[in-house]
Amino acid sequence: MSLVELTQVSKVYRSLTGGDYVAVRDFSLDIRTGEFFCLLGTSGCGKTTVLNMVAGFEAVSSGNLRLGGKPIAGPAADRGVVFQGDDSLYGWLSAQGNVEFGLRMRGIARREREEKARHYLELVGLKGQEHKHPSELSGGMKQRIQIARVLANEPQMLLMDEPFAALDAHTRADMQRELKRICAATGKTVLFITHDIDEAIILADRIGVMHAGPASKLKGIVPVTLSDTERERTHDRFVEVYRQVHEMIRDEVAISLQRAH
Amino acid sequence: MRAAVNGVGGYLVGFASLFLIWHVASTWLLSSVLFPTPWKVFLKAIELAQDGTLWEQSSASLGRIASGFAGGSLIGIPVGLAIGSFRPVRRLLEPYTEFLRFIPATALITVAVIWFGIGEGSKIFLIIYTTVFIVIINTAAGVSAVAPNKIRAARSLGAGPGQIFFFVALPATVPYILTGMRLAMANSFVTIVAAELVAANNGLGRMIWDSRMYMLVDQIFVALLVLGLLGFTADRLFRWGIYTFAGRFSPVT
Repeated sequence: MSLVELTQVSKVYRSLTGGDYVAVRDFSLDIRTGEFFCLLGTSGCGKTTVLNMVAGFEAVSSGNLRLGGKPIAGPAADRGVVFQGDDSLYGWLSAQGNVEFGLRMRGIARREREEKARHYLELVGLKGQEHKHPSELSGGMKQRIQIARVLANEPQMLLMDEPFAALDAHTRADMQRELKRICAATGKTVLFITHDIDEAIILADRIGVMHAGPASKLKGIVPVTLSDTERERTHDRFVEVYRQVHEMIRDEVAISLQRAH
Repeated sequence: MRAAVNGVGGYLVGFASLFLIWHVASTWLLSSVLFPTPWKVFLKAIELAQDGTLWEQSSASLGRIASGFAGGSLIGIPVGLAIGSFRPVRRLLEPYTEFLRFIPATALITVAVIWFGIGEGSKIFLIIYTTVFIVIINTAAGVSAVAPNKIRAARSLGAGPGQIFFFVALPATVPYILTGMRLAMANSFVTIVAAELVAANNGLGRMIWDSRMYMLVDQIFVALLVLGLLGFTADRLFRWGIYTFAGRFSPVT
């Protein structure tokens, strides 16, 4: 069963200087309920545009975009978004306050939201940090708050836009492991944007590789059927999948570099 | 604690050097009845404090600053929020703010006196005037500076437009509002003296003007010193207030 269906979706940005910019053209993709889908592409390929449309931040220019069979009209609590940077956190609220935010907005009683926030803060490994403000926490911890904030709101799906790109290598590896564990525990549908092949293989059930932008679309989908022990960078089967994905994206990287010059 | 002591110590040294340079300059470099020494000014200050003059004039000026500053902020904050939040409001009101903020309050003193008399009315009007535009501009800039991702996050967490205004845009703007108020406070000190110099029955500006007529240079210096101290204290209190009560509103990095 697919949760999100993008059918022949295009997104055109009108520019002030007159030339239109086509970010994606005739983009089609089905995301299945409960799967972890990684959208992989070079910079400027329009992968964030796809996420923004699914989030409802941006309207499609043409084509069909449906969530559970219904057209997406705008952002809503059924799709939680984790952003790349930490500027989406509320600096005047504690970690607890940030995680309670969505529940408070939706009128959930204090006791229930406090309990839920504590539960999800513990799940992301922030037990004991509830009363700290974002400015007192490290980059990795701030991303954990973002993840807890979204989970506490109990959305149908998670949309993650390169959430670990700004973290150092060790923290990133930790966070990938944690996310994998959390997703296994909650069974959420995830759309995860990345430009990192390793990250995609570690996390994904399926990897969608995009063409270089502009006017990009999906080049192909690579299913990842590795077990947890096989999701190690040095494992033979990991390397096998890596080659397969790399084969697909190599030319796109070259094209994207050419266009950038 | 140690840092605080060091901070205070640094201040004391700084202030001491200021008075030392003043003392050296007035004793040896520019020895004249027109440039009193710190000691002479200090004695005069005690005299004026004892007969109640100093308190009377300072409180007159401070009272005007306080009410004008409060009034200007109370008008400026909502107007700034409206300008920052709604494009049509910005188009409608920007000609006012962008035009009037270049007319200094000091240029309006005569008009204010003609309209409101030489009593409290004209002074409070001028302080409100000098406060309101700085607060408006800073508040509006603060609203525009709210990170779009804060608003996007709120929308996907289920917040409506009203909730986004009160629970996201407003708290995110608080640091800018406080900065605007702090700048406005400094301007209020400039404006009140100018206004009292031109037309007032009392106040530190009036005290300076009266002293000039009788060549009481040491009394002028007392007024200058008090202005500096009051301004410094007001600013420190304001900063302390921000750190103590609104520190958590400081922008997240």
